[in-house]
Amino acid sequence: MEFLDYAFMQRALLAAVLVGITAPAIGIYLVQRRQALMGDGIGHVAMTGVGLGFLLNTSPVWMATGVAVIGAVMMELIRWYGKTRGDIALAMLFYGGMAGGVMFINLAPTGSNANLTSYLFGSLSTVSESDVTAICVLAAFVVLVTIGLRRQLFAVSQDEEFARVTGLPVRVLNLLTAITAAITVTVAMRVVGLLLVSALMVVPVAAAQQLTRSFAATFAVAVAIGVSVTIGGTVTSYYQDVPPGATIVLLTIGAFVALTALATPVARRRARAAAAAQTAGDPAECVIPASREAAGKAGV
Amino acid sequence: MSSEPGRPEPVISLRGVRAELGSRPVLRGIDLTVGHGEVVALLGANGSGKSTAIRTVIGQVPVSAGEIELFGVPRRRFDDWRRVGYVPQRTTAAGGVPATITEVVASGRLSRARFGMLRKADHVAVQRAIALVGLADRAKDSVNALSGGQHQRVLIARALAAEPELLIMDEPMAGVDLASQEVLARTLREQVAAGTTVLLVLHELGPLEPLIDRAVVLRDGCVTHDGPPPKAVGQHALPGHDHVHPHAAHDAEPIRTGLLS
Repeated sequence: MEFLDYAFMQRALLAAVLVGITAPAIGIYLVQRRQALMGDGIGHVAMTGVGLGFLLNTSPVWMATGVAVIGAVMMELIRWYGKTRGDIALAMLFYGGMAGGVMFINLAPTGSNANLTSYLFGSLSTVSESDVTAICVLAAFVVLVTIGLRRQLFAVSQDEEFARVTGLPVRVLNLLTAITAAITVTVAMRVVGLLLVSALMVVPVAAAQQLTRSFAATFAVAVAIGVSVTIGGTVTSYYQDVPPGATIVLLTIGAFVALTALATPVARRRARAAAAAQTAGDPAECVIPASREAAGKAGV
Repeated sequence: MSSEPGRPEPVISLRGVRAELGSRPVLRGIDLTVGHGEVVALLGANGSGKSTAIRTVIGQVPVSAGEIELFGVPRRRFDDWRRVGYVPQRTTAAGGVPATITEVVASGRLSRARFGMLRKADHVAVQRAIALVGLADRAKDSVNALSGGQHQRVLIARALAAEPELLIMDEPMAGVDLASQEVLARTLREQVAAGTTVLLVLHELGPLEPLIDRAVVLRDGCVTHDGPPPKAVGQHALPGHDHVHPHAAHDAEPIRTGLLS
C-alpha cells in the first residue's frame, strides 16, 4: 500500500471514490427514465466550459460545471417544449458544445489540444488540491439529492405522468435531475474524462440489475461496483502505467460481463424457487409423466 | 373545501371543454358531471376523445376553452391531489431499472407524504393497497416478473395507496387476463361500496358492467349519450369493437339487448 504515501495518489483516490459513488447514484435515475445517454450529451457540452475556463483563465472545473448545468437545463427545456425534432436540437447542442470547447481552448493563450485531452480522457495524477475541494463540494450535493429525494426522483423517473397527478413538482424535480447529472459529469471529468463519464453512470447500474430485484438494492450494488472499479482502476494505473480513465471503464464493463454470467444461474434458481412456492398440487411447469421420463432416460 | 352540507358539489365537472392535440380538435365542447359516489364510464371508439377527456381533468392536456372543476375547485387552482387516484393507460408498470411492487406502489403515497418521510401509516396503506389487488404474497417481487394483468393490478394499487376519494382510470382492463379482470372488478366493487367516486375509460363494459351507474359515450369529440349504461351486446353500441363477455357473474344484471341511440 505504498501508493498511499504519495499526496497525489491520496487526492486521486479520494476523487475516484467520490466519482464511484456519485456517477451511478444519479445514473440510476437516468437509466430508469431511459435517458442513459444524457450523461454523454452533458459531457460534450461541458467541453465548452473547459475551453472557456482556459480562455478566461479561471478554473476549468467550475466553468465546466456552469456550462454543463446550462446545457442540461436546455436539454430539459427542449424535452418539454420540443415538438417533433427534439433529437436534432439535442444533436446541435452536443456537437456545438464539443466544437466550442476545441475553439475556445485554441484561442486561449495557455491552452492547447493537449490540455483538452486531459479533460476528455481524465488525468487523475494531476488532480490538484483545489480540484479536490471542488469535487468534494459537488459530490456532497449529488449525494444529498440522489439519496435525500430518492422517493420523489424514483416516482418521477418511473412514471412522469403519474407523478404529476400526485402533485409532485415534476418540472422542478426534472430540472434538479438534469442539474445533478451535469454536476456529476464535472465531478467525474478529472477522473475518467468527459468522453467516458457516461459509462460510469450507466454501466454499474446495468451490471447491478443483473442481480437485483428492487430499486434500493440496485442503487446500493451499483454504487458498490462504482467504488470498486474506480479504486481498482486508480491503483492499477499506479502500478501498470496505464490511463486510469480507460482502466476504470474497462473494469466496469468487465464487472458487467462477469455479473451477467453469474446472474443466469441465479435467475434460474429463483425461477425454480418461485415454482416451488406455488401451490403443491398445482405444478407451475409442464410435467412429463414419470413413466415417460423414465423411458426417455432409459433410451439415452 | 367550500361544500355546503347536504348538497355537495360534483366531484368532477366539465363544461364546454375543448382541446386540441396539435391542430386537430379532439374535444369539441363536452359536458360531463360526476357526482359523489358515482361510477361513470367513458365509452367510445378509438380516437373519439375519451382518453383526452380524462387527461384534461388531471391537467395532462391543456384545455382551449371551457371550465373544469375538481371537488368544486377550478382545475388550475386544485392542489389537493391526495383525493385523486390516477391509473394511466400503460401496458407495464416497469421502468428502466428493476423495482419491487412495494416500491412502485409506495410512490402512490407521495401525494400524501410529499417530501416528508414515509411513516408507519404510509407503509401500512401501501401494503393494504397491494393486498387489495391480491398481490400481497408478491410484494417484494420485481414488477418486471409480472404478467400484463398483474402490471395493471400494480398500477391500480399505486393509485389506491393514497386512499383517494376519486379514482380516475384510463382503460384499466386493456390487455388484462381473465383472472386479473375478476380481481380488478372485485377491488373496484369494494372501493365503490366504501364510497369512492370513479371515472373510467373503457373499451367495453365487460366484468365491470354491474358496477357502472352511468355511461357517457363520445364520438368525434362530442358527447352522444349520457345516461344508463348501454346494455347492448355487439358492435352496435361500440362501433368496431367486439363485446366479449367471458363469464356471467352471478350478481350481474341480465344482459338486455338494445341499440344505443
